[in-house]
Amino acid sequence: MKLPIYMDNHSTTQCDPRVVDAMLPYFTEKFGNSASRNHSFGWEGEEGVAYARKQIAKLINADAKEIVFTSGATESDNLALKGVVEMYKEKGDHIITSSTEHRAILDAAKSLEKRDMNVTYLPVDKFGMVNPEDVRGAITDKTILISVMLANNEIGTINPVKEIGKIAKEKGVLFHCDATQGVGKIPVDVQDMGIDLMSFTSHKIYGPKGVGALFVRRKPRVRLEAMIHGGGHERGMRSGTLPTHQIVGMGEAFRLANEEMDSDNLRIKSLRDKFWEGLKDIEEVHLNGHIDDRVAGFLNVSFNFVEGESLIMALKDVAVSSGSACTSASLEPSYVLRALGLKDELAHSSIRFAIGRFTTEEEINYTINLVKESVMQLRELSPLWDMFKDGVDLDKVEWVQH
Amino acid sequence: MAYSKKVIDKFEKTLKEPEKNSVGRWDPSEGDIGTGMVGAPACGDVMRLQIKCESKDNTHVIKDVKFKTYGCGSAIASSSELVDMLKGKTLEEAKNIKNVDIAEALDLPPIKIHCSVLAEDSIRQAIEDYETKI
Repeated sequence: MKLPIYMDNHSTTQCDPRVVDAMLPYFTEKFGNSASRNHSFGWEGEEGVAYARKQIAKLINADAKEIVFTSGATESDNLALKGVVEMYKEKGDHIITSSTEHRAILDAAKSLEKRDMNVTYLPVDKFGMVNPEDVRGAITDKTILISVMLANNEIGTINPVKEIGKIAKEKGVLFHCDATQGVGKIPVDVQDMGIDLMSFTSHKIYGPKGVGALFVRRKPRVRLEAMIHGGGHERGMRSGTLPTHQIVGMGEAFRLANEEMDSDNLRIKSLRDKFWEGLKDIEEVHLNGHIDDRVAGFLNVSFNFVEGESLIMALKDVAVSSGSACTSASLEPSYVLRALGLKDELAHSSIRFAIGRFTTEEEINYTINLVKESVMQLRELSPLWDMFKDGVDLDKVEWVQH
Repeated sequence: MAYSKKVIDKFEKTLKEPEKNSVGRWDPSEGDIGTGMVGAPACGDVMRLQIKCESKDNTHVIKDVKFKTYGCGSAIASSSELVDMLKGKTLEEAKNIKNVDIAEALDLPPIKIHCSVLAEDSIRQAIEDYETKI
């Protein structure tokens, strides 16, 4: 077994070697510009892009013409929110989203607020789920867009997107879904889920970084104001020469997901369950997120009385991330965990593990043992653990804040 | 967050050999013990520092130190570094230890300076507590 072990698959994933193989010819042999219509180099590029587009559309049950390539999910989110607002602002000035969205949505929404849009940030329940009835309740005659994520990037909780899609349709409001953490990991069907626009990316499912897409519904037609102007690529919604090698890589990753998602998920879920089995008997551990309605590889755990960043440091052979404030520049603990109603100290004590296609059972066993040992060592160092063991109620202590 | 090698070394030593690195606690009601506890769980760090003092001709000397810290790696390393600085010092000398001394000793990045401030606060509190007993 090779160290360090990668357990941060919600951050990004290793490119599948088959993806890299598919990409390589597009650097040196098939390097043509897919927009060059008058020679075979261009045709080859276009063929690669067309095939990729088809694979991608197939995975989400869309039409290939509804896929707009972007530089990644952040760009897709921005294009969806700003592009829709710009196009439909005459109709209304209100959008609805949720408090646990990725920063790409929240910050784009904030920038729209500066442009006189009103934004409703819906709360989530203790599992991190948006209640569709809250969406219904927030819709006004000024609402032009609902944007709710498919699966949360910190806890993996899956939202009832289909119900939200139904409400959006009923009320005649456009529905955008940030599906970055869902596509390729859970079945996604834009028709069945009633999604009008959907952001997703390549590198979360074993494709290359730097490429993603926005699904834009054609029937009934959703229109967008472009943010990047130029040669009119991607039906005018996103200009710029297509990165054929990356798109081909993304296409191959999606083709593999079409074929292997179910078997991958079975294996990943059994590893995750084994992992949780190994951790759950440690005293004072809490699973964050939904126990069942969760993306297979995700495991977000709080180890009470142990600060998350120190645990990351102790687990130096395992690459993970934390909701602890110390890992962020803001010194605030994870806003997602706080939105679930988690106490700040439990948010500070959280670790995110994410198992992926290349995680092995041996790595899981090693990590379980290392986590157990490290938590014990850090609790030995923790005055809070002493107090807990002495029966002190930590909520009643008067802390000297600094 | 990239850590300085000094922080990592200090953290790992403290983690692997807690006793050798003064991790522990004494009964705070003992007459020769001063206890300082600063920080809050909600902020992500809590330090408890205890000094054991000996007095001779009205001079009080820190003979031994124990601590426990809940916090990030830098917070743990900062307390551990402070402990090394305190042993054998008179209370007057200990009062002169500033957070920059700790920050410099560990090459703390700007975002982690609050860890050294917390360490400085903990020694101040521990001395105050001890002084109420003499």
